[in-house]
Amino acid sequence: MKNLFLAFYLALKEVFRNRGRFLLVSLVIALITLLVLFIAALGEGLANGNRQYVANLDAQLIVFLEKSDYSISASRLETNTARTVRRVDGVADAGPIYTSNTEIVSLQEPLKVSMLGAEAGRPGMPVILEGRDFRGGEAREVVIDRNVAVRSGIQVGDEIEIRSTQGVEDEFFTLKVVGLVDGQSYFFQPTIFVPAATWEKIRPQSEADLNSDTPYPNILAVELSDPSQIDAIQARLISDVPNIEVTTIVTTINNIPGYLAQQGTVQTQGFFTLLIGVLVIGGFFQIQILQKVPQIGVLKAIGSSNGVVGWAAVIQIIVVTAIGVAIGGVFTYLFSLALPPTIPFVFNGDRSLIAIALLLFIGPLGGMVSIIYAVRIEPLKALRLG
Amino acid sequence: MTNIALEVKDLVKTFALDGTTINAVDHVSFQVKSGEFVALVGPSGSGKTTMLSILAALLSPTSGQVLIDGQDLAQMNEKRRVQLRREKIGFTFQSNNLIPFLTAQENVDLMLRLNGQANKAGRVRSAEILSRLGLNDRLHNLPAQLSGGQQQRVAIARALIHNPAVVLADEPTASLDTERAYQVVETFANLVHENNRAGIIVTHDLRLCQYVDRVLQMQDGKLVRILENKKEIVELARATVH
Repeated sequence: MKNLFLAFYLALKEVFRNRGRFLLVSLVIALITLLVLFIAALGEGLANGNRQYVANLDAQLIVFLEKSDYSISASRLETNTARTVRRVDGVADAGPIYTSNTEIVSLQEPLKVSMLGAEAGRPGMPVILEGRDFRGGEAREVVIDRNVAVRSGIQVGDEIEIRSTQGVEDEFFTLKVVGLVDGQSYFFQPTIFVPAATWEKIRPQSEADLNSDTPYPNILAVELSDPSQIDAIQARLISDVPNIEVTTIVTTINNIPGYLAQQGTVQTQGFFTLLIGVLVIGGFFQIQILQKVPQIGVLKAIGSSNGVVGWAAVIQIIVVTAIGVAIGGVFTYLFSLALPPTIPFVFNGDRSLIAIALLLFIGPLGGMVSIIYAVRIEPLKALRLG
Repeated sequence: MTNIALEVKDLVKTFALDGTTINAVDHVSFQVKSGEFVALVGPSGSGKTTMLSILAALLSPTSGQVLIDGQDLAQMNEKRRVQLRREKIGFTFQSNNLIPFLTAQENVDLMLRLNGQANKAGRVRSAEILSRLGLNDRLHNLPAQLSGGQQQRVAIARALIHNPAVVLADEPTASLDTERAYQVVETFANLVHENNRAGIIVTHDLRLCQYVDRVLQMQDGKLVRILENKKEIVELARATVH
């Protein structure tokens, strides 16, 4: 314990008395932190933009058309599948989800959105934060994601006009905004929700599709009575309901086109930035230790143990890294405030916390060589013999 | 009764260099009593610094014995040697003596911290000893703000503050001009005598021998001459001056 106190004393005195030099290193670490956190937040934002709606579903299993390879866009279920699924033992409820894209044109700048069809009160329809659920049937009502409201200024009670290409014609539809939900981005776009029959009427569709008024859901969101029985119910669904495949929310997210490739790219960038951080910190502390060889020799010659010298180096690296990460964290937060809402930037995810933990870890990791070097310096270095 | 602070018995240190064995220290024996200030002199390559390194428990001898305050260095493991250096030995070095980010007083207090004696009384003592060395207005200056002579005086204070049995000085005046060198060694000698410590100064500058009680002259690793007579010592120093 005495060694540790002395190590703290020496490490902090040196940092304080050479604060200009150490601050420069902390600023370099701050810049690396900014980069790592930016990449982490961008990764989180991109992931959210892609998966948010699916990740927030009040369901545990997703039903797809058989052989659709868990691809939402490739899956199209029979209209009676939802009823069949609801009858399976262990299923609390199942809600059909219809996916499509459209464009809100009643704005100065048209806004592309994901248009999802869902049934009010069933899995797949998010919780209303403001206003009310839309009525069923063909009601020309819409519930919008907060992201749509932020980017367009649309409020509950407003009317919006959307444009969909049906056949070879552009068709325009007016919808009344009746409710607001939060955190429902899907496929990098903010989302609007409409009733199933309305969705079928107003979605973009080919000439051939125009002949049918029957909406076919892409997937079903299945809520279980007892989520701990997920494996058994999944097996039961597959055996009891024909022409379907069933999987979890996580698998569904991983099968969103481009999701894994995009996340892999972002994580690789983050990894290499951390690697650069390790090398920069390692290089700085190694150079510093090389400059301090006589000083460490004197410390050892007058009776400092290897423990004191080693701990002092570790504490110094941790302090300088922690200051750098703290400054970098503040920089990143301020930076995020200045970003427009169109840039997917989420600063409060687990990914940011993991990035901060990794950044705090790379200091001692980078300085490992210098710490070992410091401990191995012979006290004879204090004398001319060294 | 005189107390033997340092005893060297038939000490040998050999190095192998390009297949040749070099006797850096060759069967050397001597004693230093508490309150005695001894100069270890000799030309470059005579074995002075090797001898000092062994006395400081920084280097193990090939054979022979070194006893500091009655404790045999050969019987100690590395941990015990570190403890011995901390408790029983005071050091001043030729250069890079002080820790650059600690003030003069903090450098002196460092020895007390190492020995678990960093308290108010210890700080008063370090201020006193620095004042005694003429540094009362430099207590809070960093080494870079001190002259070479002032730095050496701080190092002397650090070497003595924890009341070690033996004080070792490795060419402490090498970077000083003649006048400051005399002042530093005279102060060192006075403090060694007053505090009843055994002091050994390694120097190639024979003029400084006028302040010591005994001169041990080494050549080719051997102890070739011992001057104990004050008159002989003064003549040796004067001969060098002229």
